[in-house]
Amino acid sequence: MTSSTNDPNAKNLSRRKVLECMTWAGTGVLWTISGGVPRSLGIIDEAMAQDAGGLTFLQISDSHVGFDKPANPNALGTLEEAINRIKALPVKPSFMIHTGDITHLSKPREFDDANRIISQARLDVHYVPGEHDVIDEEVKLYREHYGRGTKGAGWYSFDANGVHFVGLVNVVDLKAGGLGTLGSAQLEWLENDLKGRTASTPIVVFAHIPLWTVYPEWGWGTDDSARVLAYLKRFGSVTVLNGHIHQVMQKVEGNVAFHCARSTAFPQPAPGAAPSPGPMKVADDKLRTMLGITNVTFRRGQQRLAIIDTPLQS
Amino acid sequence: MRNFFAAAALQLALLAVPIIFPAVPAAAAETMVKIDNFTFTPQRITVKAGTTVTWENEDDIPHNIVSTTQLFKSKVLDTDEYFSFTFTTPGVYEYFCSLHPHMTGTIIVEAATEGVGP
Repeated sequence: MTSSTNDPNAKNLSRRKVLECMTWAGTGVLWTISGGVPRSLGIIDEAMAQDAGGLTFLQISDSHVGFDKPANPNALGTLEEAINRIKALPVKPSFMIHTGDITHLSKPREFDDANRIISQARLDVHYVPGEHDVIDEEVKLYREHYGRGTKGAGWYSFDANGVHFVGLVNVVDLKAGGLGTLGSAQLEWLENDLKGRTASTPIVVFAHIPLWTVYPEWGWGTDDSARVLAYLKRFGSVTVLNGHIHQVMQKVEGNVAFHCARSTAFPQPAPGAAPSPGPMKVADDKLRTMLGITNVTFRRGQQRLAIIDTPLQS
Repeated sequence: MRNFFAAAALQLALLAVPIIFPAVPAAAAETMVKIDNFTFTPQRITVKAGTTVTWENEDDIPHNIVSTTQLFKSKVLDTDEYFSFTFTTPGVYEYFCSLHPHMTGTIIVEAATEGVGP
């Protein structure tokens, strides 16, 4: 990217810049690890959390509590390390979102362990389920733990500091041969939820599986996400936060910034870099450089939210 | 792997059955489908009616086996867990993993040679 797009005050990109972005977006993948310190490369503008007048919240994802395979024999332990990082932040975030795969096998013990560790952050947590959280019949446990005040399989919206947040579920009723699915009931609800909101309202949408097509060969995309993007088109600032792919990846399309967060449990390979998207075993001293948390800051008057990914160990 | 050998041994034993007890239908057979690297292998397989198909998950990620017509549905299989289903009627049976729906497979069931046929 050119440096001018790093300017947080550049509210309206020129046609040329948009075309440059599109060219870049066409390459599909942006790796954000530079000098061992993963960051957003300025596509999504960075800001210091200390800046006054903003809203800072935290994203964690894919904690896979219960996972104990070679890629990380202690997923609960690395979740705890992530929570300790959050507790040590100089500025306390307003709340946290968890973009799913809280547990590995939806077992009662896994949900209990996850809650025990995550609650130590002493923050409100807004969850959406991953496919690993809805394994039990009728999604009973997820609903019991996190379903209060949600609709359908667990979707909802809320407002904070003038920002409208929408949590979506794209991991239930999946169809053979397909990708993630939202379904018509949820899309209808979303259309109504956004109706009547002014175009200047900043929107943050979060869901487990990417709402942009990252790599369909591995199921990394959502079949009916185009309808979501159509509803969001008129808004000046839209940020989409996802998990599922266990690595940082981002792109900007018009007014929409897409971002995928790291897992706190185990890394997965880059698209097509391995025979399958399964857990990637890396050297023990490397693991914590590939797990992490995401800090997001919204500052009034700026189109884009500042997103900073921090590994558990740099 | 252990289960695969066990199944193979069982298959051999079943093959021997008609010689000892000719009255038993020869169709009783077993076959394995391996789940590895988010893929069903073999992805497409033809068996005789009466065959029991066993899927075993060799991935470090859980998977399940769900018929697109709801004829059969396994629980979610963790690593090394398996699921079996006996196909008695000739036809084409499509299935997928409902957690990772890009994973699909097909079982084609043919009439057993000594069976009554359709």
